[in-house]
Amino acid sequence: MIPAPAFLANPERFMAFSRWAAPMFGAIALLLAAAGLWLGFAAPEDYQQGATVKIMFIHVPAAWMSMFVYVCMGVASFLALVFRHALADAAAQAAAPLGAAFTALALITGSLWGRPMWGAWWVWDARLTSVLVLFLFYLAYMALRASLDDETKAARAGAILALVGLVNLPVVHWSVTWWNTLHQGASVFRKGGSTLAPVFLTPLLLMGLAYMAAFGALWLVRIRGEVWRKRAEAAALRAARA
Amino acid sequence: MADLITGKYAAFIGPAYAITAATLAAMIWTSLAYARRWRKRTEELNAAQQASREPQA
Repeated sequence: MIPAPAFLANPERFMAFSRWAAPMFGAIALLLAAAGLWLGFAAPEDYQQGATVKIMFIHVPAAWMSMFVYVCMGVASFLALVFRHALADAAAQAAAPLGAAFTALALITGSLWGRPMWGAWWVWDARLTSVLVLFLFYLAYMALRASLDDETKAARAGAILALVGLVNLPVVHWSVTWWNTLHQGASVFRKGGSTLAPVFLTPLLLMGLAYMAAFGALWLVRIRGEVWRKRAEAAALRAARA
Repeated sequence: MADLITGKYAAFIGPAYAITAATLAAMIWTSLAYARRWRKRTEELNAAQQASREPQA
């Protein structure tokens, strides 16, 4: 197996790999989502939350992805900044809008879950606020990149901002432990194992994997788009010089 | 399933799933459109460059 950085260093190899990998991840995402939704809708109502527990199957995976995508963006930014891999910057740039969309989904579906359970659309507790800050980091990254005409400067500034934003991830994850929050504590990835009943845990994990596969497919497609864009700009430059 | 449409919490569950579906669809659409647009542009520029290199009859 070729390690990921080797793909990042070679656009030709990446394009050949992503041509079949993107649709494959897309198909896997569809199958996993179908299974997850089927089991999720078949699951019984929660004894406390009633039917609103169904929102968990789309809210929690979106929240997981909001952090996972940022980790991907941070690693890609690090590779772009330090090792100057050809595709690392494209990978970081391609991840940002996807991460922002997942974070927005986590915030919106969380709000739709919070209103009937907490009696409020929004509370300024540590978990919700830190996720909002994460969303703002995504927006700031995209705005910063868009505001600089010089691609090299934009990549460098964006990478530094993305790395600074990594500090927020532990805050998001442990916010429910460090502070007294309205948002519930960890119930899946925790010491001593999950507290969720298998009837809820199985569809939740399937949906989590479906979101992960969907991100994999869309990330590859977007990186391909960045490669094409850079090739188009190079071709336009050659035409202008000719 | 009926709970999602007519149940006590339908006003929250339905929009949550609808917004998720719409957002995921938008993510797919914009990602594919972005890649296709730049691929097409690259091919056009390469074709134009190739044509300009060919000797005129």
